[in-house]
Amino acid sequence: MRIDLDLFQEIFATIRSNRLRTFLTGFSVAWGIFMLILLLGSGTGIQNGIHHEFKGIATNGIWIHQGQTSKPFRGLQTGRRIEFVNADYEEIKATVPGVEHITARFYKWGNNTITYKEESGVFNIIGCHPAHRYIKETILLQGRNINDNDLDEFRKVAYVGLQVRDQLFKNETPIGKHISINGVLFKVIGVFDDERNERSQRIIYLPITTVQKVYGGRNRIHAVMFTVGDATIEESKAIQETVRRKMAARHHFSPKDEKALRIWDSVEEFQKFMALFRNIRIFIWLIGIGTIFAGIVGISNIMLIAVKERTKEIGIRKALGATPWSIISLVLAESVLITTLSGYIGLVLGVGTLELLAGNLPALDLFRNPEVDFTVALGALALLVTAGLIAGFFPARRAARILPVEALRDE
Amino acid sequence: MIRIRNLHKTYTMGKNVLHVLKGIDLSIEQGEMVSIMGSSGSGKSTLLNVIGLLDAYGDGEYFLNDVLIKNLSESRSAHLRSRFFGFVFQAFNLISFKSALENVALPLYYQNISRKKRNRIALEYMEKMGIRDWAGHMPNELSGGQQQRVAIARAMISQPKVILADEPTGALDTETSYEVMDLFQKINAIGVTVVIVTHEHDIAARTGRTINLKDGTILSQG
Repeated sequence: MRIDLDLFQEIFATIRSNRLRTFLTGFSVAWGIFMLILLLGSGTGIQNGIHHEFKGIATNGIWIHQGQTSKPFRGLQTGRRIEFVNADYEEIKATVPGVEHITARFYKWGNNTITYKEESGVFNIIGCHPAHRYIKETILLQGRNINDNDLDEFRKVAYVGLQVRDQLFKNETPIGKHISINGVLFKVIGVFDDERNERSQRIIYLPITTVQKVYGGRNRIHAVMFTVGDATIEESKAIQETVRRKMAARHHFSPKDEKALRIWDSVEEFQKFMALFRNIRIFIWLIGIGTIFAGIVGISNIMLIAVKERTKEIGIRKALGATPWSIISLVLAESVLITTLSGYIGLVLGVGTLELLAGNLPALDLFRNPEVDFTVALGALALLVTAGLIAGFFPARRAARILPVEALRDE
Repeated sequence: MIRIRNLHKTYTMGKNVLHVLKGIDLSIEQGEMVSIMGSSGSGKSTLLNVIGLLDAYGDGEYFLNDVLIKNLSESRSAHLRSRFFGFVFQAFNLISFKSALENVALPLYYQNISRKKRNRIALEYMEKMGIRDWAGHMPNELSGGQQQRVAIARAMISQPKVILADEPTGALDTETSYEVMDLFQKINAIGVTVVIVTHEHDIAARTGRTINLKDGTILSQG
């Protein structure tokens, strides 16, 4: 196909002589793309919402908190509190297959007064193992994470959240400074950000061994958390069951007791959401492509009528030496030009509307920042050109088959 | 230039088979000016279309410049058309949304000649046809005679060997008709073969030879 100024002048001449027809054709395509972009953008909005739900949390993590028994077991009453100890952590770590990164947690909620010089604040304290950062994802801003040496040597070191730093240190560098936690001095070794929420940024992580020693925790822990690599839902459920069985044996509760351990499985939660999202996306593409297909049929139809109207003109062109291919390229180029141009307008309007929505909608739990990325826009553009070619194909073929004699017959 | 031997042409319209040309034998030499006469339905336009490669034929043989023309592909016949023939029609057949200049230049577009160059050549030809001043006008702003001059300029611009004119004066008054015939005679004088289909005796009389057609057969030729 010769794509040059002449071809475009030919096309613009025909468009000029059929303004309404061209407008109606273009409108249907623009509308199709507009709807597709809106739908895709909403799909991304849902996806963003889901990802936001899981921000700061490993999507392959299992969180096990101690609970209360809800079934009598071997003469033991219901309502008994399960209390985790270090040995539980050690056993899960050593004997449960499929466990990747693992940490225990020792919670010190409540009125922890933390002071630095004149400044003070109330923050939550969690004792943990170094692998904690893989399950509850924190972003290291300054300094370093808690490491094995800290635990082995019972070091009094603190890994503090962004809000803690801002409240206590103002403009000072916190690393290496000592803060007082309930009267005991700890050295700040690192500062983290946590994208989940502000509350997560008001936490101070300490080596779990130090916490147990300083705050009279002895060998007590409150939770065990671990990741399971790229396990499927079924595999992660099997791992859960293994843990439940082992803990049931250690703490004398029924393995069928759902309340003795409080287990939260982000693998299952996340994959449920992802499956839901996948279905929504398939639905969106189906509708979007359906709308565009209607546009294609419309264009094809109108181009067919146009070719019929122009039968005589095409006959004249053939008598003047036009090859079938030059006629085909004329019709195809017109179709592609109309679809691409009007589709582009739809694309811009769609993206603009999304921007407007994103700017003015309140961030909902499962819907935020609707947007379309560059590749989707490029894909839509490729779709448009293809659509134009498909839409132009049948009319172009008909045009190429016009016999000059029949076209020129005077009637 | 053109040799036709025992050429037949039929049209099938539903169940009816229409035998339009029944064994035409004809030859036209380079530089001739020939008219084809006959009443309507005699097959004269069909003959012209076959000669101009606008239509296919059935039995027989057609040699154009000693090359047998049979079962040509569409693009091959398009190519030959643009090299050999210029067409002039009764209804002028100008493209209504193009200016006179653009209409004249159109055949050169299909020969991949640049816009600038073809517009320059088009103006030359319009000058020769005496319609240069009307170059920017649209067809519906021109009189019938002017439109036919535009059409003749368009037919001439690709420097064809043969001009095929189907009732070129059919839509014109006598005075304009003669002016148009003057143009054809000028064109013929520079060596271009001219074939004119007409049913008017005074028009046929201005050509060198007249081929009379009746019911698909030749009654007499020159």
